[in-house]
Amino acid sequence: MLLVLLVVVVLNFFMLHLAPGDIADTIAQTMGGADEQDMAELRKQYGLDQPFFIQLLNYVVKVALLDFGHSHFYNLPVFDLIMERFPATLLLVFSAQILSIFVGILLGVYAAQNPNGLSSLFVNMFSLFGYAAPVFWTGILLLIAFSLHVPIFPVSGMRDITIESSNFFVHFFDVLRHLFLPMITLASIFFAYYSRLCRASMLEVLGADFVRTAKAKGLSKKDVLLKHALKNSLSPVITFAGLSFSAVVSGAILVETVYSWPGLGTLAFNSIISRDTPVLLGILIFSTLMVTVGNLLTDLTLKALDPRIKI
Amino acid sequence: MEDLVSINKLNIEARTRAGTLKVVNDLSFTIKKSETLCVVGESGCGKSVTALSLMSLLPEGILKVSSGDILFDNINLARLSEAELEGIRGNEISMIFQEPMTSLNPLFTVGEQVSEVIRRHKNLNKEKAWASAVELLDAVKIPNPDKRAFDYPFQLSGGQRQRVMIAIALACQPKILIADEPTTALDVTIQAEILALINMLKQETGTAVMFITHDMAVVAQMADRVVVMHPGQKVEEGTVHEIFNNPQHEYTKALLAAVPKLGEMASKKYPEPMRLVGEKKTNALKPIVGTNEPLLKVNNLVTRYPVKGGVLRRTVARVHAVEDVSFTIMKGKTLSLVGESGCGKSTVGRSLIRLVEPTSGNVNLDGQNILSLNPKDMREARSNIQMVFQDPFSSLNPQRPLFDQVAEPLRNYGTVKREVLQEKIGDLFDRVKLPRSFMRRFPHQLSGGQRQRIAIARALALNPKMIIADEAVSALDVSVQAQVLNLMMELQVDLGLSFLFISHDMAVVERVSHDVGVMYLGRLVEIGPRPSIFRNPQHPYTQDLLKAVPIADPDKRKSERDLNFKPLPSPIHDLSHDPVPSEYKEVAKDHYVLTTDCGY
Repeated sequence: MLLVLLVVVVLNFFMLHLAPGDIADTIAQTMGGADEQDMAELRKQYGLDQPFFIQLLNYVVKVALLDFGHSHFYNLPVFDLIMERFPATLLLVFSAQILSIFVGILLGVYAAQNPNGLSSLFVNMFSLFGYAAPVFWTGILLLIAFSLHVPIFPVSGMRDITIESSNFFVHFFDVLRHLFLPMITLASIFFAYYSRLCRASMLEVLGADFVRTAKAKGLSKKDVLLKHALKNSLSPVITFAGLSFSAVVSGAILVETVYSWPGLGTLAFNSIISRDTPVLLGILIFSTLMVTVGNLLTDLTLKALDPRIKI
Repeated sequence: MEDLVSINKLNIEARTRAGTLKVVNDLSFTIKKSETLCVVGESGCGKSVTALSLMSLLPEGILKVSSGDILFDNINLARLSEAELEGIRGNEISMIFQEPMTSLNPLFTVGEQVSEVIRRHKNLNKEKAWASAVELLDAVKIPNPDKRAFDYPFQLSGGQRQRVMIAIALACQPKILIADEPTTALDVTIQAEILALINMLKQETGTAVMFITHDMAVVAQMADRVVVMHPGQKVEEGTVHEIFNNPQHEYTKALLAAVPKLGEMASKKYPEPMRLVGEKKTNALKPIVGTNEPLLKVNNLVTRYPVKGGVLRRTVARVHAVEDVSFTIMKGKTLSLVGESGCGKSTVGRSLIRLVEPTSGNVNLDGQNILSLNPKDMREARSNIQMVFQDPFSSLNPQRPLFDQVAEPLRNYGTVKREVLQEKIGDLFDRVKLPRSFMRRFPHQLSGGQRQRIAIARALALNPKMIIADEAVSALDVSVQAQVLNLMMELQVDLGLSFLFISHDMAVVERVSHDVGVMYLGRLVEIGPRPSIFRNPQHPYTQDLLKAVPIADPDKRKSERDLNFKPLPSPIHDLSHDPVPSEYKEVAKDHYVLTTDCGY
């Protein structure tokens, strides 16, 4: 896991170098031009006159010390900038992921009980819609619906700044209300995968010998389904959840932009527009961190679920 | 005695794409209190479906009782609600299944799985249910039950899992236990133990048993009465002695004739094909003499697998699969290797054609040292030894027509011109007695026996000198098994083939072999001419193995006293382990017994 992070950091550095021009050029540009001497001064200031490997080493050490450089656009250290936005993204990504897994499993179990019936067809259509529709389109659709027709959920931002209360719960529910639409939008892509995976693996497990054993024990339909069958059909769902973490993170960027959710996504969007490379790279490292932690969580969950798995 | 179960004119239909199909046809029989009724028949005869209908567990939408009654304890099961049925299942009627490997839920401990059924039907709290689960595990002879209750199924052996299944089934003292082929997937030694256990528990609790099997030897072991089924119908019913001593129906006679009985070859020097009922008498049942010219000489064969471990995936230990094994196979003769699963008999077969690379030793085929060949020569040499595998369902490619599958070895070696290929394959189909029209078919259109014939045709395609048959008939029904065995023996006579016959079935081995080798934990513990081994087994393991084989004669039942098996020790040893060479003593002409300690 640490190795993955290191590789990403090093790749980051190469990307920085591959891009034409350097920070000195960018700064000079924003200042409206500079002569050779000023440029050399700037390069020295940022350590760009050092040999390549020393620069690489410096960069890695700096990242390890949580110094991601300085954003010239916001005029803030990149780390502070990211930490300010990170919790919002974390909240969005995890809540959407948990919601889509939970609803996906529910739909999958429901559909598996009667694989050729109407309910199964309905679930299939619903999930097909989820992954066929582009996320920004779903986002805008919901945005229009909830801003114009049924304005029960706020469609932008994360907090209502007009609330003047010191009560924690008031703020808590305010954030939840704001979270609702972005979360649904982001989760909508993944309902589909989880429900189909869960349905397929449930169908397979329901034909297994041990399910017949459970029925032969005289257990009720509910126990057979939710205790014996479900636990055995979860592992493909959870494995996929781990793999899809990166997709959720990248989906979050679009969703955040649509809903002006103050997370890393909007930050990334703005940084791209203003060519704020240090911020972009910092976000990349944080996304990597999120994905690797997500994968670790998946492995631990699988281990807890199945005693045969050894890590 | 009073009837516990009475089945009256039961009809069960299967709904398929081609329309409804009658699976069980006007079936009637009764099971009395505390008796064992064996339902015997071949796969597809409707015996398992009948059992499932007694549990009211027929798969919904596929199978349906179309008419008839099932009375259990004078209650008509069809009139009960689902909730009432749930109260009966596992409580008054319980069932054990064929596959112990998959019948337990892999994600719960065995203690949880046993106590679950107790808590479902008896009003006990968690602790009490657990305590009684541990008692049950003790009753089915799981060692250290208080600790093993915390084990997951994957930590238990197949035999132990079946014991756990029996514990679950008997947890609520059911009035009837349905056992659907409970020992078919187990080794003969474990089978003997499980059968003895069921008999013992039956006597202790007085529960009735409905025992479903295709194995007449098991019927002879277990039954009070027998029902014989043949496609969906009962063809004969009677006490076990009536069925075995005086069978009335042609099918029962055929079934009994197809079962190789241990000991029936004692007076014969050479193997000979079985006399099958209904087959033309022109089939000569001549003994197969063979020659005394050696074809394959194996000396001091050792095969060990590395066990990798640690971060660097270094070899940390070795599985001693085959340990210093030597034998000779004569031209036109059959050597059988027998032993329990894990004894290394299949590894011997694979080592001979270097599907696994032997660690050391010498394999000499007709003067050619197989183990020193380079890859190109090895490829040539392989055409002389072909293999037939156990599972006819997975050893054929489901997506290629049979013609291509049989022709593949010929195309690989390019020995036959394209113009004559069609004719050559046709001949091979004739050889294994399949119609030539089958050439365009796919494996799923064939029965198990027919597929195994295809596998044999494929093995014969290159005119090999020898065929390795690795449990080649173990997955087949008895009558089909008899036909395939006869075919193999006929080919042996006609083509002068040698066979290495790997099997765990002693009765089949007695029927087909000239020589027999018994393996235990990688070593050949006894080898010699078949009559000598069966008449006069010298090694204690061979003696116990022969004792475990059920005999298709109800007067020769075994009791648990006859059995004393130790669990197989682990063949994994650390790198420093250097086993002593195998030393043998000749006890009769060509009959050798291992004198080195083999761990038994």
